[in-house]
Amino acid sequence: MRHTITVLVENEFGVLSRVAGLFSGRGFNIDSLSVAPTNDETISRMTIVTRGDDQILEQISKQLNKLIDVIKVIDFTDGEVVEREMALIKVTAEDSARAEVLRIADIFRAKIIDVTPKSFTIEATGAPAKIDAILELLRPLGLKELVRTGPVAIGRGAKALKG
Amino acid sequence: MKMTGARILLECLKREGVDTVFGYPGGTVINLYDELFSFKDIRHILPRHEQAGVHAADGFARATGRVGVAIATSGPGATNTVTGIATAYMDSIPLVVITGQVPTALIGNDAFQEVDIIGITRPCTKHNFLVKDVKDIATIIKKAFYIARTGRPGPVLVDLPKDVQIATAEFEYPEAIELRSYKPTVEGHPKQIEKAVSMLLAAKKPVMYVGGGAISGDAAGELTALATRLHIPVTTTLMGLGSFPEDNPLSLKLLGMHGTYFANMAVTNCDLLVAVGARFDDRVTGKIATFAPHAKIIHMDVDPTSIRKNVRVDLPIVGQVKEVLGRMLKSLDESGDKVAAFHTAIEPWLAEIEGWKQKHPITYKQASTVIKPQFVIQKLRELSDPDAIVATDVGQHQMWTAQFFGFREPRTLLSSGGLGTMGFGLPAAMGAQAAFPNRQVIAVCGDGGFQMNLQEVATLVQNRLPVKIVILNNNFLGMVRQWQELFFDKRYSQTCMELPIDFIKLAEAFGAKGFQATKSDEVEATIKKAFETPGPVIMEFKIAREEKVLPMVPAGASLNEMVLNA
Repeated sequence: MRHTITVLVENEFGVLSRVAGLFSGRGFNIDSLSVAPTNDETISRMTIVTRGDDQILEQISKQLNKLIDVIKVIDFTDGEVVEREMALIKVTAEDSARAEVLRIADIFRAKIIDVTPKSFTIEATGAPAKIDAILELLRPLGLKELVRTGPVAIGRGAKALKG
Repeated sequence: MKMTGARILLECLKREGVDTVFGYPGGTVINLYDELFSFKDIRHILPRHEQAGVHAADGFARATGRVGVAIATSGPGATNTVTGIATAYMDSIPLVVITGQVPTALIGNDAFQEVDIIGITRPCTKHNFLVKDVKDIATIIKKAFYIARTGRPGPVLVDLPKDVQIATAEFEYPEAIELRSYKPTVEGHPKQIEKAVSMLLAAKKPVMYVGGGAISGDAAGELTALATRLHIPVTTTLMGLGSFPEDNPLSLKLLGMHGTYFANMAVTNCDLLVAVGARFDDRVTGKIATFAPHAKIIHMDVDPTSIRKNVRVDLPIVGQVKEVLGRMLKSLDESGDKVAAFHTAIEPWLAEIEGWKQKHPITYKQASTVIKPQFVIQKLRELSDPDAIVATDVGQHQMWTAQFFGFREPRTLLSSGGLGTMGFGLPAAMGAQAAFPNRQVIAVCGDGGFQMNLQEVATLVQNRLPVKIVILNNNFLGMVRQWQELFFDKRYSQTCMELPIDFIKLAEAFGAKGFQATKSDEVEATIKKAFETPGPVIMEFKIAREEKVLPMVPAGASLNEMVLNA
């Protein structure tokens, strides 16, 4: 099962490799991981997407909590969380395909951020499924390069997650 | 007052109550050693290898309950500490290991004797620190000791670059430390504890399964009080030996792979298993699917990650076992005549266990002349001081010691349980002897493990540490040979150490004494002579070469599928 885990950590060097090492040391794969400081600059926030059954995820969550630099761990289940991801997509766009690419970008409310006679570079944001969907449409037109950030996640509702 | 970083470090150690450190000098700690030269409050012991230095600090910590301290230089000095650190990590032993590092300006440049020891030790330390500013030393050392000794104890490494040791700063030691991200749970949840008491009193076939947590958590008193009050049989892991007196009729002794028949049968047939500071290691459980198949499980542990890691748990209690057991005892005070009813209810269970004890006691076949290793261990118990500390290496002799010594007090067995580190015994004994110069300290080794750190005999002699070393010599890597015999058709691939080493001359070469016994009737006299001889002594016993550790649960089998005789 897919899990989105949010981890608040001390904003110090080495913390990322401690967290990542927990996964790699057990042979677990991380689908994506994004990290940056929060409004409190001494705290960084990681969003980790991983997979595993409940028992494995319980262990991951406990092990993360056990790290000295980890302040809080939340394993979001679907519905409680809003996820957003950004993708930069360089796509072949010549002749008649140019209009098609623009139309797809428009439908997905994506932005064209770079143009050449042979290509468009598109900035798309949204839930990971939305990014998957735009990619599916663009791929047949000639996907040249793709970079995805991996999702960042925030809990729904008024309650805030503090350190 | 302004001080160098090196001096600040020593002042911090002193404030933490450190009186003994084990360390090895080198280029990046030379400034630290220069300060140490005139620092009279700390005794420094120079081992012959950094690995042994860390094992010695570990033995010191296991024997005393205090934090052990080791020092090494950067690069090879630091990497040599890794086995010692991993050993302590697996057994939750509080250590602070200080390594030198190349100057901050050179870090990452592949400088001479540079290694990323923070990266290397990340998976085998509870936490580690790279100190980048002299002003941070005091706080980091305070944190290091706090982290090492609280919660589930463990080793903490502090990497100290050379220039940080040379730089100066005002010294001020923080009174207390507060880490927002680290707050170990001390007290167990009261409702869970109440529930545990009622589950216990409702049980008909209870067993307590006790691990090293009861020792590191100083809970032996509470444990013994609870078990004896309720008449609950107690089995311990290797790490738990000594937490409950093995001469108590309720003791089931060791369980698991080389545990007793009665402990393993009791666990297989119990209806309630109370795990105390134990982590359901695979050497204990055997095949998980058939481990305690009829039992509800209560698991108390200070470390939440231990709970439900390997087995399903019906009632988890996170907290320090001393606190939790203490509260259970209090709760029993208020439970009135329920205890008497419980005693009656479990009588048939105790009788059933007694039957197993009679049927298959822990025993061996004595031989007429050839020395049986179990006999040596029994004689050691008989002839040693009641409060003697025994350190072991890893292998057959370790299991014979666990089976036959009969540990009665916590912190009297020092053994590498989790990592299974050969070469641990001698330096660990050295650390314990440094802590307790007047107590009898015995290192029980096989000929294989002894050869992994035998250079430390020199350290014993130099520092007047009168460790009595027992070598159970079968010229084999005995435990591997046993597996090869039982499971690999006697193909003894590379387990034979035929070279007849003269351990007596070896002892003499180091300036120690050595005695040898080759026949059964020489065992007693040899031990007596060794105990009466001042200073470190090697006792070599030429034991029955193909003796096996039995009973044995083959790896992956169920606890009740034991090989009793082979």
